[in-house]
Amino acid sequence: MSTTRPGTPGPPPSSRPDPPDFPAFPRAAHQAVRDRTLRGNLRHATHTIRAKRAKAVAEVSDWAALREAGKQIKDHTLRHLDRYLEQVEETVTAAGGTVHWAVDAEEANRIVADLVKETGQREVVKVKSMATQEIGLNEALEAEGIRAYETDLAELIVQLGKDRPSHILVPAIHRNRGEIRDIFRSEMGKWGRPAPEGLTDRPAELAEAARLHLREKFLRAKVGISGANFVVAETGTLVVVESEGNGRMCLTLPETLISVVGIEKIVPTWRDLEVFLQTLPRSSTAERMNPYTSMWTGTTDGDGPSAFHLVLLDNGRTDTLADEVGRQALRCIRCSACLNVCPVYERAGGHAYGSVYPGPIGAILSPQLRGTASEIDASLPYASSLCGACYEVCPVAIDIPEVLVHLRERVAQGGPATRGGNKVVLRPAKGHTAERAVMRAARWALARPGVLRGGQRFVSRTRRFHPRSLPGPGRAWTGTRDLPAVPAEPFRDWWQRTHGGKEGPR
Amino acid sequence: MNGKERILARVRRALADVPRDDRPYAQAVRRDYLRQHDERGAEDLVDLLAENLADYRAVVHRCGAGELPGLIAHLLGERGAKSVLVPPGLDETWLADTDVRRVADRPESTPHELDRVDSVLTGCALAVAETGTIVLDGSPDQGRRRISLIPDHHICVVRVPDQVVPSVPQALERLVPGRPLTWISGPSATSDIELDRVEGVHGPRTLEVVLMSG
Ligand code: SF4
Repeated sequence: MSTTRPGTPGPPPSSRPDPPDFPAFPRAAHQAVRDRTLRGNLRHATHTIRAKRAKAVAEVSDWAALREAGKQIKDHTLRHLDRYLEQVEETVTAAGGTVHWAVDAEEANRIVADLVKETGQREVVKVKSMATQEIGLNEALEAEGIRAYETDLAELIVQLGKDRPSHILVPAIHRNRGEIRDIFRSEMGKWGRPAPEGLTDRPAELAEAARLHLREKFLRAKVGISGANFVVAETGTLVVVESEGNGRMCLTLPETLISVVGIEKIVPTWRDLEVFLQTLPRSSTAERMNPYTSMWTGTTDGDGPSAFHLVLLDNGRTDTLADEVGRQALRCIRCSACLNVCPVYERAGGHAYGSVYPGPIGAILSPQLRGTASEIDASLPYASSLCGACYEVCPVAIDIPEVLVHLRERVAQGGPATRGGNKVVLRPAKGHTAERAVMRAARWALARPGVLRGGQRFVSRTRRFHPRSLPGPGRAWTGTRDLPAVPAEPFRDWWQRTHGGKEGPR
Repeated sequence: MNGKERILARVRRALADVPRDDRPYAQAVRRDYLRQHDERGAEDLVDLLAENLADYRAVVHRCGAGELPGLIAHLLGERGAKSVLVPPGLDETWLADTDVRRVADRPESTPHELDRVDSVLTGCALAVAETGTIVLDGSPDQGRRRISLIPDHHICVVRVPDQVVPSVPQALERLVPGRPLTWISGPSATSDIELDRVEGVHGPRTLEVVLMSG
């Protein structure tokens, strides 16, 4: 669906951090499901990547062991997060960087805006970062008279199209090549170098147009802004995994580099990268290795930026950490594999999730980072058929269905939670929010038997991957509870068997 | 309280329910994954590297040490390169057979100046066979990170079999974390248009890897 809004050129709302702008999931999904172009684009893209991912994962015989190690590394880090945060500050500082701490989005935005202003610059180049989208950094900088240029191809498409991202890895996944060509033709000129004459919709030509358009910005850039995939506590090293080279441009050409990183991105040791550099590329782009990975430690004399700032971002992460069941969402390495296998995402599209984190991970992360007060956040835990495909592909074994069920309980029944660092007791959501959201979501899913059928069979076939309680050192996190069991025969199959497959049209 | 104190206090409160765990980190994570996936010998590893590099559209050449200057001259000539960026510690003899203009890797060069250079020639820190990756670490034969980024044509020489490791875990063991590291697997690419890989966005669109033996 084209969500292009008329408006003046200039940094558009690539992300809106405040949830009340968004309709509840079922309503948004309903609109998306009716949009044939969007569904076609999503279906094509997610099915392509699914098959490739499976092949890339099958190439490594020790995938299960890598997945378990990744999970244990992240759990250990979260359990000792205070210690590792302090260690990061020490090692980054020792390597010539400056560390800043931001409790929420507003603080982070202020820190970054002040740092940019200190350089005297009025523009920055940005490499795609979920954290800066989450805090609405571009809008905050715009309010301070600073223009932020997105340089990732998909982010550029989103920014030029005055659109919102709809996928973690491929934020413009909802756009097909024809739409991208039209956006480039009509919008590039307003931001800098216009699209070449006679631009067609061949992907190679579109990529070339982006190369030419952005190059002038890279070459003159004095300030770069990034996120990071990993921060190594032991060495103070930051890691950015990318494909296009726009990351390398932003990380090495400017004089000042500012990296905004969620506090959950830490890994304890250098060696830990051996796990994630194997699981991340295969899970996200389905490659043995992505084209470029940059690793830097503070500043290096005569090579790259002479000033480096690391902004450590909380913004709801410690609230999430306080939830015994929900904290596992902080293991996420943002690979997007769970989006690509999700039958609900495939039909609803990323925008329906009303957050920069769409898909299954968004359904458990947004309501925890932002709380469940708004209609969209209260409805997100219902944006799932609980089929379990997301859990099975997750390279850090986040049990997304378990967290969804937990969050549904919290929305419906209320109970203890942590908001803004304080313990609170949530009241059960009133009928006019949660129940309505539930009913809409249920109606939406039940009206589409294909969603449930595809999903539920899948989980049952993969039962052997679902441990009843977590083995090894990870146990302590879940020691008091058994994980929910997966029934041997899914409801749909039972119904099919006992009722002879009589059902309405798909 | 400042931001740091507030965040640390929140973390500690959030973890109040978690039982203590004072095991050393080495015992906290079970690492029963493989150190390498391929148990072939050194020569076969070089083949695997070549195969995986080519799979991601790097152009692979093989030669003996004596043939290198001729090959470099040929590659630059074929490309029509008029200038080549040269890291300070590069073995001069590699360029002995070509008179293409040398541009030194200097701190005062601007990105715009580097943008006018046609090609860059570097060595590497190591190469990873299983993933088809070369890693640069800023050593004198590789230069600043930006010189292998801005020109559109990168020729990288790997000494085989010495610089080839089988796997990612073994690569990390050999690298020095404090150095600025760039892992390169094929020319720059994007999957952003309908999730199809297209080679050639911002980094060098042509990556030629020379596997030099002896
Ligand atoms: S939840 Fe798991 S599968 Fe989904 S993006 Fe995060 S790491 Fe990837």
